[in-house]
Amino acid sequence: MLALVSPALLVILALIVLPVGWLAWQSIYHDGFTLENYRRVFTEDVYWRSFALTFEISLAVTVIALLLGYPVAYLANSVPKGWSILILSLVVLPFWTSVLVRAYAWLALLQRTGVINQFLRYLDVISEPLALVHNTFGTVVATVHILLPFMVLPLYATMQKIPNDLMQAGASLGASPSLTFMRVFLPLSLPGVLAGCTMVFVLCLGFYITPELLGGGRTVMVSMLVSRNVELYNQFGAASAVAVVLLLSVLAIFFVVSRFISLDRVLGQK
Amino acid sequence: MTMKRNFGLGCALLGAIGLTSAADAAEQITFVSQGGAYQQAQTAAILDPSAKKLGITINQDSIPDAWPAIKTQVGSGKPIWDVVDTPTGNCLRGGEQGLIEKLDFSKIPNGAAMPEAYRSPYSVSYEFYSSVLSYSQKTFPKDAPNSWADFWDVKKFPGRRALRNHPFATLEAALMADGVAPDKLYPLDVDRAFRKLEEIKPHITVWWTSGAQSAQLLNDGEVDMEMAWNGRVSAVAKEGAKVSFTYNQGILQSTSLCILKGAPNLETAVRFLNEAVDPVHQANLPLHIDYGPGNPRAFETGVIKPERAAQLPSEPANAAKQALMSYAWWSSPAGEAAEKRWASFMQK
Repeated sequence: MLALVSPALLVILALIVLPVGWLAWQSIYHDGFTLENYRRVFTEDVYWRSFALTFEISLAVTVIALLLGYPVAYLANSVPKGWSILILSLVVLPFWTSVLVRAYAWLALLQRTGVINQFLRYLDVISEPLALVHNTFGTVVATVHILLPFMVLPLYATMQKIPNDLMQAGASLGASPSLTFMRVFLPLSLPGVLAGCTMVFVLCLGFYITPELLGGGRTVMVSMLVSRNVELYNQFGAASAVAVVLLLSVLAIFFVVSRFISLDRVLGQK
Repeated sequence: MTMKRNFGLGCALLGAIGLTSAADAAEQITFVSQGGAYQQAQTAAILDPSAKKLGITINQDSIPDAWPAIKTQVGSGKPIWDVVDTPTGNCLRGGEQGLIEKLDFSKIPNGAAMPEAYRSPYSVSYEFYSSVLSYSQKTFPKDAPNSWADFWDVKKFPGRRALRNHPFATLEAALMADGVAPDKLYPLDVDRAFRKLEEIKPHITVWWTSGAQSAQLLNDGEVDMEMAWNGRVSAVAKEGAKVSFTYNQGILQSTSLCILKGAPNLETAVRFLNEAVDPVHQANLPLHIDYGPGNPRAFETGVIKPERAAQLPSEPANAAKQALMSYAWWSSPAGEAAEKRWASFMQK
């Protein structure tokens, strides 16, 4: 058995354990053992602000993605097979376009001379272009777009497994469609909600290109803090400490979620 | 990249076979620059002719920001690069941290002949670019902003503005906007600069992080005026955008050549470094791209026509209108503290 899995273990060791270990080591060792990097992460307001902003944006993105994604998944689940394949393809299609291209596409849509502002001005709805991008708003819009499939797919997978008989049973007992939805369907779909929200939230925590391009320089998320610590300030230790704290936050989220549902489910297996 | 590299390699080999013995043909270095149109331009203007003349092979690599790689390569004890073309500050900081070789200028006569402000114990200036005030000619058909004081004057020059998300040149611009003369900037009065920046901060639409982004902002009309690198502005203007810029109060910056500590081909690297700042090779660079030669003697070679010279940031008359960035100050403890202060300034 060990002989069979050892190649896989070696790959994991070389590609994950060693680099992450080296990262952690770098955050606590610089000409001697030091906790200075962590002291800074937890006391300096630059770091606090970035972490707070990152969690706020991730939360906003998760809530919006849930509000948009739930109806889509519900629709895909309730229409005939052919239609649901079409809906899911439309959800997955953007996956084949690079994140960078999609960020620039949003720039083309949202900027001052962009499609949306031009159109609104043409309709005379606005006289001055709206500030839709180079701020947190633009960042959130584009991030939701990129992460939406990660919400829809787990939701759809969960909804698929809810037996239709239950809804029919509810109806035969005299409940209205909205009551069966509220009392039967919604509670049974909650594991999917949790799985989707976890995926979106955790992925959003590490977003880099989108806030970099659409945030206008003010939306400094944690991953940007890491890169700036390396590129601008030449502090590999500080960058590692930030990365380690981010990694631990993600692991903590997975740990909490795993108390409620099986992690296999969050990560896409049945 | 591969094709170009092979072409360079081919030229170098041909040169080597033609001019020197087989023993010398084995000489080679690995040269690293920032890629893109800039590296192509210097390959044609400087690298290929130098390789041919010295009979060496120049292998090329490129990276947008060399600093983290310099640190890890030298830190690992086995650098694979020899010569790096990188912002001068990296050479100075690297020199102090023992990552960059100290130069023996007796072996680099071309460098020794350059003005002292253009070299350091660890580096020689290689090319100049400038952080200039650029603006949309659509927004400002006449009476365009012409100084950093104008950039700060939001009443007289209403419009959307962008600055670089980096303290380099932005602190200098703020001080000039506050009335400090270009030649009296250093040591920078950091408190005063940040106070002045607080004034303009609410009016900045975008803090850009890459040269490409700054060009796109101008091109798309997303901002009406911004600090940008001269080459980026002229590239956008060549493509037909109605944009222009002024060298007045520009901040003249340079990239320099420096050699990694423990470089595998140290001797050849030193020979190359001398050749690369030769006035004639240097004069070739602006024929390919809108950057100025690092060696001011290039303007005396006659290679650069006067009308072309007038467009370049390091041309003496243009240089006189600008502030020369002091990388020595920026790599001093005060400079590094100012760099760190930038992060909290941006997030407040």
